[in-house]
Amino acid sequence: MKKIGLFIEFKDDEIKPANDGMVTMAQGDGHELFALVVNADAAACRERLSAYGVSAVVDITAGGGAWHPDGWADAVVQAMNACGIETLMGLTSPQGRDLLPRIAAVLDAPLVMDCVGVDLDRNVARTTQYSGKAMAEIQLTGRHHIYGIRAGAVSPAPRAAAAEVHAFSAVEPTASGIEVLSTRPGEAGTVDLAEADIIIAGGRGMKSGENFKLLQDCARAMGAAVGASRVAVDEGWVPYTFQVGQTGSKVNPKVYIACGISGSVQHFAGMKSSEMIIAVNKDPGAAIIGKCDYYIVGDLFEIIPEVTRALGAAG
Amino acid sequence: MKIYVCVKHVPDSAATITIRDGSRIEENITFLMNPYDEHAITEAAGLRSQLPDAEVVAVCVAGPAAENTLRSAMAMGADRSILVVADRQIDSMLTARALQAAIEADGTPHLILAGKESIDAEGMQTMFRLARYFGMPAATNAVKISLEADGAVVESEKEAGSRDILRLTLPCVIGAGRGLNTPRYPTLPDIIKARKREVKKIDLADLDVSSPGGKTEILSLAPVAENREPREIAGDAAAAARELVRILKEEAKVL
Repeated sequence: MKKIGLFIEFKDDEIKPANDGMVTMAQGDGHELFALVVNADAAACRERLSAYGVSAVVDITAGGGAWHPDGWADAVVQAMNACGIETLMGLTSPQGRDLLPRIAAVLDAPLVMDCVGVDLDRNVARTTQYSGKAMAEIQLTGRHHIYGIRAGAVSPAPRAAAAEVHAFSAVEPTASGIEVLSTRPGEAGTVDLAEADIIIAGGRGMKSGENFKLLQDCARAMGAAVGASRVAVDEGWVPYTFQVGQTGSKVNPKVYIACGISGSVQHFAGMKSSEMIIAVNKDPGAAIIGKCDYYIVGDLFEIIPEVTRALGAAG
Repeated sequence: MKIYVCVKHVPDSAATITIRDGSRIEENITFLMNPYDEHAITEAAGLRSQLPDAEVVAVCVAGPAAENTLRSAMAMGADRSILVVADRQIDSMLTARALQAAIEADGTPHLILAGKESIDAEGMQTMFRLARYFGMPAATNAVKISLEADGAVVESEKEAGSRDILRLTLPCVIGAGRGLNTPRYPTLPDIIKARKREVKKIDLADLDVSSPGGKTEILSLAPVAENREPREIAGDAAAAARELVRILKEEAKVL
C-alpha cells in the first residue's frame, strides 16, 4: 500500500472533470489517495473526490493565494514531504506541463508524462512515443515517482470513500527568478481541445478562415470544440491554438470529426487515440478514409450545415 | 554573450517506425531536428542581433549521426555547435546533466533556449531539469520573448489560448512553443556556410555526469495497431447528416 498524491486541477474555480479519470486510475490495491488542492476551495470538492476513492484532501495555501509556477511546485513538494507521499499524479494539461516537470526537477525524481496507464505497485508507466506509433512501458526508479496522466485515458469509475480535509500552509520558498506579471485569459467559452469529448476539425478542404464558422456553428450545436489541421493554421485561417497533430494538441476525445482533412501521419499523431473517428471528405482516396470508423464522401459545405440542422431538430 | 540552444535529433514524424528487440526503434530511417527546436534556433538568431557580441551555440546529446541536426541548426542561424556523443539512448534526467556539463565547460550562458518538448519521447521535462541544475528560472511554451536589460519577459501559453506573462531573471531557460515564430528555413548558401562551422564533439563518458535521483528505463516498446474498420455513411447530404447524428447519439453516446 502506498500513499498516492493527486494534484487536482481547477478551471474557473470548478474542479475539472478530467480529474475523475485520473483518480480512478490511482484506485486499486488499497492505495491511500491524497488529493492535493492548491489555493482552491478544497471543502467544496471534498464530496466529489470522495466519490472516486480519495481518503484525504490536502488544502494547500501557497504564496498568498496567487498563481506562481515555482511557488506552486514548491508548495506541492512541501505537502508531499509533510504527508509522506512519494508518488504523485497530475494531468498532462497545460498547467500540468508547467508544474509536474518543475516538481520532478525540485525532487530530482523520474517523471513520465502523458501516461495512458500506470502500475503503481511496480512503478511502471504506459505512454505512447514516436508520434503515437509505439506504446512504451517505462520503469521509474528512485525514491519519488511522478506521472502526468492523459486526460480521458481512463473512464471515471466511482468508489466511495470518506475524505477528510487537512489544511496545509506552505512555507514561502526562497526567492524565485520568476515574477508573474499578469495572466491574460483566453477566449471565453472555449473548450480546451485536450479535454473535449467531441472535436470537429477542419483542414485544407475548408478553403478559408471564414468557412470555419460552419464548424463553429455545428460545434455549438453538439457541445464540441473546434480543431484544425496544420494546413489550416499555416494558411492563417485559424490561430495555431486550434492545431491538432504532431506539433499541436494531442487529443483523445470520444468522437473526432475530421472535415476536409486528408489525414497525414502528423495529423494522426495528434488524434489517433480518439475513440471514434468520423471523416467527411470529398476525396474517396484520402488517407483518412482508410483509417477512420465512419466516413461520408461528399461536400462538407453541404453536409456540415445539414448536421447542424439535424442537431437542432434532435435537440 | 552566449545563447545556448538545446536541440534534439529525432526520427522524421513521417517515417515508419520499426521496433527491434521489443525495446528500441530501428534507426535506419530519416532523422531531423525536433520541430519545436527550429522555433528555438530561429528565436535565438533573432535575439542575437539585440545583444552585443552575442554568439548562438547549438548543443545536442545523441549518437554521432546527430551532426546532421547540428548542421541544420547552424544553417538556420547557430554560429557553432557542441555534440555530446552518447553511444546509447539516455533518459531526460541524464540528458539534462550532460547538457549542463557541456554548456558549463563551454562558457557562461546569458540565455538557454530549447523546444518545449521532443516529438519522439515527448518527455516535456529536460529543459526544466536543466534550469534546476543551473539554478535558473524556467518558462515553457513561450509564444513571445522580449529581452530587457536584466531579464526576459515571456508570454507562456496555457489553456485555451490564455497566457501567463512572466518576467524571468537572466540567465534563464525558455522552452519554445509553436506560436513563437515562423522557423527560418535555410537557403543553399546558408547550408554551405554551415558546413564550415565547428561541431565540437565531447564524449559523454568524459563528462562528469550522474543521475542520483533515479531514472526512467524503457521496458518494452510495441507498435500501436491501427485496427479501425471504416464504414461508409451513404445517402444524400441530409440523410448522411441524420445518420451521423444518430451515430453520435446511439453509438458514441455523446449527445
